[in-house]
Amino acid sequence: MGRKILFITTDQQRFDALGCNGGLIARTPNIDALAAHGINYNRAHPQNVVCMPSRSTMITGQHVSTHGVWMNGVPLPVDAPSVASTLHDAGYKTALIGKAHFEPFLDPFLRFAENQLAASGTHSLIEDGYLHRGFDHMESAAHGGMGTFHYAQWLMKNHPEAVPMYYRVLDMELQVSALGGTNTGAPQAHINNIPREWYHTDWVADRAIAWLESLDPDADWFCWVSFPDPHHPWDPPASELHRVNWRDVDLPVGFPVDRAQREAILDAKPAQWRKWYDGDFVSNYEAPRRWVPNTLTEDQVREINALTHIENELIDEAVGRLMKHVESRGWGADTDVLFSTDHGEFQGDFGLLFKGPYHVDSLMRVPLIWRPAPSAGVNPATVSAPVGHVSLAATFCEIAGLPQPAYVEAPRLPVSDEDARSLGHERVLTEWDSVLFGKIVGLRTICRDGWVATACLPGSLHNGTEGELYNLANDPLQQINLWDDSAYRSTRDDLLADMWDSLPTPDAVRRECDAPV
Amino acid sequence: MGTVRRHIYIDAPADVVWGIVGAPDRLHEWFPIDSCEVVGSKRWINLPSGLRFEEDIITLDHDLRRFQYAIVNNMIVTHHLATVDVIADGADRCIVIYATDIEPEPMGLVIIGAAGSGLKKLQSMFSPVNGVS
Repeated sequence: MGRKILFITTDQQRFDALGCNGGLIARTPNIDALAAHGINYNRAHPQNVVCMPSRSTMITGQHVSTHGVWMNGVPLPVDAPSVASTLHDAGYKTALIGKAHFEPFLDPFLRFAENQLAASGTHSLIEDGYLHRGFDHMESAAHGGMGTFHYAQWLMKNHPEAVPMYYRVLDMELQVSALGGTNTGAPQAHINNIPREWYHTDWVADRAIAWLESLDPDADWFCWVSFPDPHHPWDPPASELHRVNWRDVDLPVGFPVDRAQREAILDAKPAQWRKWYDGDFVSNYEAPRRWVPNTLTEDQVREINALTHIENELIDEAVGRLMKHVESRGWGADTDVLFSTDHGEFQGDFGLLFKGPYHVDSLMRVPLIWRPAPSAGVNPATVSAPVGHVSLAATFCEIAGLPQPAYVEAPRLPVSDEDARSLGHERVLTEWDSVLFGKIVGLRTICRDGWVATACLPGSLHNGTEGELYNLANDPLQQINLWDDSAYRSTRDDLLADMWDSLPTPDAVRRECDAPV
Repeated sequence: MGTVRRHIYIDAPADVVWGIVGAPDRLHEWFPIDSCEVVGSKRWINLPSGLRFEEDIITLDHDLRRFQYAIVNNMIVTHHLATVDVIADGADRCIVIYATDIEPEPMGLVIIGAAGSGLKKLQSMFSPVNGVS
């Protein structure tokens, strides 16, 4: 009997969402306990700041340039490496419960296995003799009650009256809706009268517990529990709104209240920032096309933050239930728990919401916690070295006692800063590429030695000379762009040289985008 | 307006490939749909998700090897024109180009993703193993 692996992810959750990372509003005692008894990484970055590319990195252990899922809507090939397959081949029982999103959601032609599974009411698929993604059991959910997901099917069958209680994410033009349905009119904020026990966060935990309960006591298992929250829409059950009154929420420190100051900060950044803020350039499908960020009010920021904190509390309570169940099965001492998210969220920073081609901490700095199995005897630690999701696959294999697979591009996560040095965790890389009906944006970013440097690739707004450079110690909010400051030219050039040396070479032919998301 | 395009080369004579592409009632043989029905200049296609689209056949030009159709009477799609061209590239090879202009814009990405699958299926139908003749 080996170590079991509980991999818990959220969607679009900021580093500072958690108490263990300095969060002051949402109560997250269960996740905080994982950090207290494990390793808390305080400089972890995703390899892309939208869902599909980031999640593809988690499962493949590869950078975006290698796995090729360069933006949402580009499916991960069915024969791509999967750490779940590696674990399955080693005898692990494997499950992914919640949001997968290695394949597009908008799929009326049902071309993709994730959607076919829910539509057919099944939980695994054999393709060319291989288990799809290596999971014995897939049970899907996303951000509401519609779509080709197991959760949506369950809700429609058992509680059809609840389906329309959720916010309708897309409008009739299939655009991400800009409408708001609460006191402040904040986009994608909504009063959801669904009973809490039917909400997707609790459903994901229920289904994960049911799968764990089905296992033999002696089984080794890998269970990826993937909560769709706190991703927009911000529509937690109305019964929970008492937890955080938005009128009591302070504005985030990253939200410059003075409009002139806010716009001066944006003007010192590459053009995509200000142009999006003014509604002149919407580069990606993940933000509502009809919402103009410069209309964002302070009350809207307060309300969206409050709703997000509520969703984070519900996630934490679900994590507590999962941990309790693991203990009740007698697996507590032998279970490793890893917690992270796929990317962050602006939540008002710089006067913005949602996400896009913006490589700053709001979107890039993510919670990452590894609570090793107590039986492994690993000391708790805080790791400051830069690490990325690209190390997750190797970490899972290490836990399972397997050699590092040849397909991964980074070593396992370190258990201390000293371990990070010996493993070579010097830098972490993040890529962005988007093409939306002729609007082309590309970014490449390195974080190393307390600096973040981002190069803008030639595209619709950039000629390849623009970029961003931030000193994380002196400028933790990344409001002072040093890219063109001659005093930091050599720092910038050193970082970029290292970045170009370290990035994998992508395939010559880029894969096609098959859906908006 | 969303405007999108895909193409594929097929190692088969253009006339042979057009035999399938230029037959509106054979769409289900290569496009990822369940079935289709053609009545005069109307076609209805049935998607695996249960959706059903009504289409007008606009152009069926056997000389030009061009097929054009439009999704009509649809709650979501307010404008659509799809064009499929089969162009000879020598005696035994051709290129098939699928292009769509559509409102709403995001629907273009959904349609063209399906078209990409369809074109690959079409190509595989003419591979030496599957050889349609």
